[in-house]
Amino acid sequence: MGTKSGIRTEEMLLNVGPQHPSTHGVFRLIVKIDGETITGATPVIGYLHRGTEKLAENLNYTQIIPYTDRMDYLSAMTNNYMMVHTVETLMGLEIPERAEYLRVIVMELQRIASHMVWFGTYLLDIGALSPFLYAFADRERILALFNELCGARLTYNYMRVGGVKWDAPEGWIDKVKEFVSYMRGQLEGYHQLVSGNEVFLNRLKGIGVITQEEAINYSLSGVLLRSTGVKWDLRKDAPYSIYDRFDFEVPTETAGDCYARYKLRLREMEESLKIVEQAAEQFPADGEIMAKVPRVIRTPQGEAFTRIESPRGEIGCYIASNGKDKPYRIKFRRPSFANLQILPKLLIGKNIADMVAILGSIDIVLGEVDG
Amino acid sequence: MATVYMNNYLIVAIFLFLGILLPVGALTLARFLRPSNPTEEKRKTYESGVEPVGSSWVQFNVKYYIFALLFVVFDVETVFLYPWAVAYDSLGLFALVEMVIFIVLLVIGLIYAWKKKVLEWN
Amino acid sequence: MGAYLEQSLGWQNGFIFVLSAVILLAIVLGFVTYSIYFQRKILGWMQLRIGPNRVGPFGLLQTVADVLKLLLKEDIIPKAADKPLFILAPVLAFMPAFAVLAVMPFTESLHFADLGVGLLYYIAISGITVLGVVTGGWASNNKWALIGAMRSAAQMISYEIPLVLSVVGVILMTGSLNLIDIVEKQKEMGMWFFIPQFLGFVIFIIAQLAELSRTPFDLTEAESELISGYHVEYSGFRWAFFMLAEYVYIFAMASLTTVLFLGGWLPPFEFLGFIPGIVWFAIKFCAIVFFIFWLQATFPRMRVDQLMQMGWKVLLPLALVNILITAVLKTVL
Repeated sequence: MGTKSGIRTEEMLLNVGPQHPSTHGVFRLIVKIDGETITGATPVIGYLHRGTEKLAENLNYTQIIPYTDRMDYLSAMTNNYMMVHTVETLMGLEIPERAEYLRVIVMELQRIASHMVWFGTYLLDIGALSPFLYAFADRERILALFNELCGARLTYNYMRVGGVKWDAPEGWIDKVKEFVSYMRGQLEGYHQLVSGNEVFLNRLKGIGVITQEEAINYSLSGVLLRSTGVKWDLRKDAPYSIYDRFDFEVPTETAGDCYARYKLRLREMEESLKIVEQAAEQFPADGEIMAKVPRVIRTPQGEAFTRIESPRGEIGCYIASNGKDKPYRIKFRRPSFANLQILPKLLIGKNIADMVAILGSIDIVLGEVDG
Repeated sequence: MATVYMNNYLIVAIFLFLGILLPVGALTLARFLRPSNPTEEKRKTYESGVEPVGSSWVQFNVKYYIFALLFVVFDVETVFLYPWAVAYDSLGLFALVEMVIFIVLLVIGLIYAWKKKVLEWN
Repeated sequence: MGAYLEQSLGWQNGFIFVLSAVILLAIVLGFVTYSIYFQRKILGWMQLRIGPNRVGPFGLLQTVADVLKLLLKEDIIPKAADKPLFILAPVLAFMPAFAVLAVMPFTESLHFADLGVGLLYYIAISGITVLGVVTGGWASNNKWALIGAMRSAAQMISYEIPLVLSVVGVILMTGSLNLIDIVEKQKEMGMWFFIPQFLGFVIFIIAQLAELSRTPFDLTEAESELISGYHVEYSGFRWAFFMLAEYVYIFAMASLTTVLFLGGWLPPFEFLGFIPGIVWFAIKFCAIVFFIFWLQATFPRMRVDQLMQMGWKVLLPLALVNILITAVLKTVL
């Protein structure tokens, strides 16, 4: 408007973050705005870079595990598994049944806990206060279960090469079962509170649309990929651990917008509850939780790459070993980092309120983006 | 009658005066109580934790201005509507017809703005 | 109060006027203190928390402590800001919020100025607030504040129109702009205006929420988008006055809604008439304030373009329709 009649509208350069409530950490986005419309966006990352990969080269394998906790700090269990799974693949270890079940249960509970944080903070981004507190109260129950299992609430350091560190305490499995039925009721409540809200739908529908082609070209994974209609979940398509024993669906949507991603994450929680329920039913009455592994873990010379489905997408670990007790080179494929790439493209032409909705729907964790 | 009139507006004046006095008084009082220790960093403009680039006093987007123009049009309408509504009883059908014509004219204006996409934000 | 208005002005009467205004100011400040407390408590209960419970019994002194803390906070004015305007803005925002109360009748005997153009005065004066907000946002020389100020200017003027038009129906039915007459008319009709003017009532409530910048229309502050909007650079007591203005406006708007649509101090049934009018006023008033806080716990925030479109494309035509229906019905019946 305006340009014809000689009125000049200046573009403004605006820093969103690192100190901004909706960037979910120390993420900085330099946006160019005309009024409230975004005409350009440049993400700046690295504020939380700790050099995990480099540090890991000087640590032995057991010592690396706590570092993986601190990458995606909202799903530390999954990250633990991602690392130990690669080492186990490299060593060709056989994992005891009971340990596998424990791993699956904690990983799926972790997926629910992670999606819970996403749900709460996302609604907060959209401007709703209460769901944040409800979601955190429910997540708290999962953290309490983890606390009972391994004595930590956020950075568990629970898994070991060859199994898990702690066995389930007495009655723990029953508590897990109890949680599953409780959580089903809660999810129902979330749908009633949020999913049908007109204001909420208007904020999300048709916003941040990703096409299937773009999703694949940008190497997106997880919910972002599935929201475009690609049915790709490593738990089904390249089963690891004992996921092939459980009956669950891989939900997909075709719209590719923020609302599709919202619906998918809620559906995924239901599916995870199914897995947890089945795993708790089948949980072996007794057995070892650690395979026979030497005191100092040495991997044979060679390299291995494994990938698993984290709450945020495909997380992978590559280890190049020269036969010592430390990796020669370790590399993590971090889904938040890969998924973030599409952000500038999605933001052009949107306004500031949409920016918050789009960034939130990608679900990044800065510890993982920066590594 | 004149006294009532005077008294009423005196009260309004008192309220306006108090409305100014409270913030001015409280801020003056606060001046004696609060510390004053300005440093360069404190007095910087906040922009998400980094140095701001450029001033914010720019030629801002014209869209906001168009809403202000529309506002003026419709606010003037209300200026006509209020006395009309008060005196409606004594004016009767003629006033109704007249006001319908007036509102229709304004609605045409609104529809024009609507069709011209002035009401769209993006 | 009515009796004093009839008398000619002397020192004694003048003193009584000032004193009554000061008392009302004290009551309003008390309301603000405890509405903040109850807001936090109510939000707390709705969100599975307990809310403030440390300062004083049941946390009743929490807001007092907060105000004292703000009083002792350093006053920071950014170097890049326009200092005179920066200082002026909170005063400009607060003054109209209190001044509109001059015409508010609480019962038939407890009122202050009894203006013939009471409603018009209210609407005219309340329009000044937006100046305070825009001044504050612009003077800060902060980009977030500027966007917030622009948003609130656009929002407030866009919703002022439906707000103003939605009460024309009430004026038509009463034939007066005097707020006391409006309540008397409701008594005469034996029906509160929210029944015959239901459409107007709904529009008024929605537009009022937007004018107050409360959820789901809290875009002007939008902490998750604009960090705080227009008052991001304000701290200490200057910031407190922006907040104070906001809560005094809740007081004023809830009072106005009670008077216009909920029959002011009238009891719902005749036989309940022995309970004093001020109690009925307080009950209705509190219900509206509670409603505003309740929405805050329930709703997400609208987007700015949706907000504008709703104002201009939905509420404004509806308000015009409401006027026409009321006028036609009045002629026909």
